[in-house]
Amino acid sequence: MSNIAKAFAGGKAFIPFITCGDPDLETTAKVVRAMAESGADLIELGIPFSDPTAEGPVIQAANVRALSAGTTTDKIFDMVRNLRRDVTVPMVFMTYANVVFSYGSQRFISTCADIGIDGLILPDIPYEEKDEFDPICKRYGLDLISLVAPTSEDRIATVAREAGGFIYVVSSLGVTGVRSEITTDIGAMVKLIRANSKLPCAVGFGISTPEQAKKMAALSDGAIVGSAIVKLIAQYGRNAVPYVADYVKAMKDAVRQA
Amino acid sequence: MTNKAGRFGSHGGQYIPETLMNAVIELEKAYDHYKRDPQFQAELTELLNEYAGRPSRLYYAAKVTADLGGAKVYLKREDLNHTGAHKINNVLGQALLAKKMGKTRLIAETGAGQHGVATATAAALMGMECVVFMGEEDTKRQALNVYRMRLLGAEVVPITTGTGTLKDACSAAFREWTNRISDTHYCLGSVMGPHPFPTIVRDFQSVISQEIKSQLLEKEGKLPDAVIACVGGGSNAIGAFYHFIDEPSVRLIGCEAAGRGVDTAETAATIATGRPGIFHGMKSYFCQDQYGQIAPVYSISAGLDYPGIGPEHAYLHDIGRAEYVPVTDDEAVTAFEYLSRMEGIIPAIESAHALAYARKLAPTMEKDQIIVVNISGRGDKDCAAIARYRGEDIHE
Repeated sequence: MSNIAKAFAGGKAFIPFITCGDPDLETTAKVVRAMAESGADLIELGIPFSDPTAEGPVIQAANVRALSAGTTTDKIFDMVRNLRRDVTVPMVFMTYANVVFSYGSQRFISTCADIGIDGLILPDIPYEEKDEFDPICKRYGLDLISLVAPTSEDRIATVAREAGGFIYVVSSLGVTGVRSEITTDIGAMVKLIRANSKLPCAVGFGISTPEQAKKMAALSDGAIVGSAIVKLIAQYGRNAVPYVADYVKAMKDAVRQA
Repeated sequence: MTNKAGRFGSHGGQYIPETLMNAVIELEKAYDHYKRDPQFQAELTELLNEYAGRPSRLYYAAKVTADLGGAKVYLKREDLNHTGAHKINNVLGQALLAKKMGKTRLIAETGAGQHGVATATAAALMGMECVVFMGEEDTKRQALNVYRMRLLGAEVVPITTGTGTLKDACSAAFREWTNRISDTHYCLGSVMGPHPFPTIVRDFQSVISQEIKSQLLEKEGKLPDAVIACVGGGSNAIGAFYHFIDEPSVRLIGCEAAGRGVDTAETAATIATGRPGIFHGMKSYFCQDQYGQIAPVYSISAGLDYPGIGPEHAYLHDIGRAEYVPVTDDEAVTAFEYLSRMEGIIPAIESAHALAYARKLAPTMEKDQIIVVNISGRGDKDCAAIARYRGEDIHE
């Protein structure tokens, strides 16, 4: 069983996201530990990018703060290497294709394997371009996570059949960010995925409240939350750790009831 | 299964969120259908000729030629098109295509404002809604164009993220497209972005080289020795190059904005200072740091102030078919003033980059050789900024 599969083995998963280096990497490391201790089943670590085209204003601002603080891919690798001494929760990187490509895809992915990263989420790599990174990921035992969107329709089957790790169900049109309601028929999307893949699927984009997380996890295998956590970090900065911990606990409890 | 559609060598591709994939697939299908549809082509030709004023003139610049003392210099007068630049060629094509696809709303990015104005114009003509994203910095540099777009009925959204220039406007347009797809066409302004945009925009702009070829054959009975155009994303350049790519005797020269110089950080010369990357839906050359963070580029020209270059240009560079040369702000401003005084033609500051290089090249060539410079747009929009560059504080 892959590490990512383990994240879903104990029931519905809660998957938090944070942008590494916002406001600094020391805080990121503390937040990751706190999220793991608070019940996070899998953690998405965002490597900041100058022009994150799939992000809404909250995560865009976090990317700016992280880069302004001097965060680099190498410093994030060092942070993960240190975390892995005691943190066992599955972790994936969420970043943009150029961050990986520019570093040297082979060098980036082999380093990920070396420091204990389990997968990659690259929102600007659709099915058609996955050969850019997927063969290298497979060689090093990482999962390149596939995304399906409300507009995917007939593509869902094709994407699901070749997916690895888990399938990221994008709940809504548009970019990341908190939404008051999610109107997409998630149940129908999940049904199509399950007809074509045995992999777990988790829903992300727009989820912020325990009620939403519970509802989405009930329709799938887990809930992913980014902007709501990044907002806490924007608000409390270096003092955000207990606030994020409490939030993750509440969300994990909600997901457990799904 | 790998889709190798839209590749120019290793460049191009479709590096976009899954949310947009069906939209670009639908666009590709529609384009493949309509480009073969004689009625669509007839409607487009009618619009280009009767509305936009094509064909544009190929003007023999006798005074420039005499002054430079070498090759004959011809100017392809895209500045005479309706809305004042080559951008209208592509926009009329895409707007007509969008309309056929049942779309009712156009969104666009703009740098100098020329593409935004062209899109707003086509939207007004075709009765479509229009939203233009423009970097806040550029709304200041090009205030007149902001007003023109609003006058034409478009909404202009100033973008404050990043450097507040063309790349940020482009990111904002992509974000908006993922948000609203069913009724909206993203009318991309250059030969960039995901497939099929680089191909569609090139095809709609290729009318420029098609005309240059036939006009010059009529006037001189031969092909040009060199075609020179400015390159940001590269749409006017690919338009001017396209029908000469298979004519090896024709030198194709793209002029990049070097800003304050390629040895400074304040440059937008992608081929000179960039390296391969993946951004805005395509693999190509990009100005970026060692970790792949896109560089905050700079040029006096808002239209060339972009950290990347279209994938077909990247390929033409790789195979050595086209040459890409950097031109500084100072050289471009001097050329802007030069053409104004010499021929009574005020070129866009973008186009002035191409003219600046022609001024260096022409004297090195024989008198029976021919250079065609693509004057991609007119310079009225730039007058206030150039005055400021020269220390005159004028207000529009």
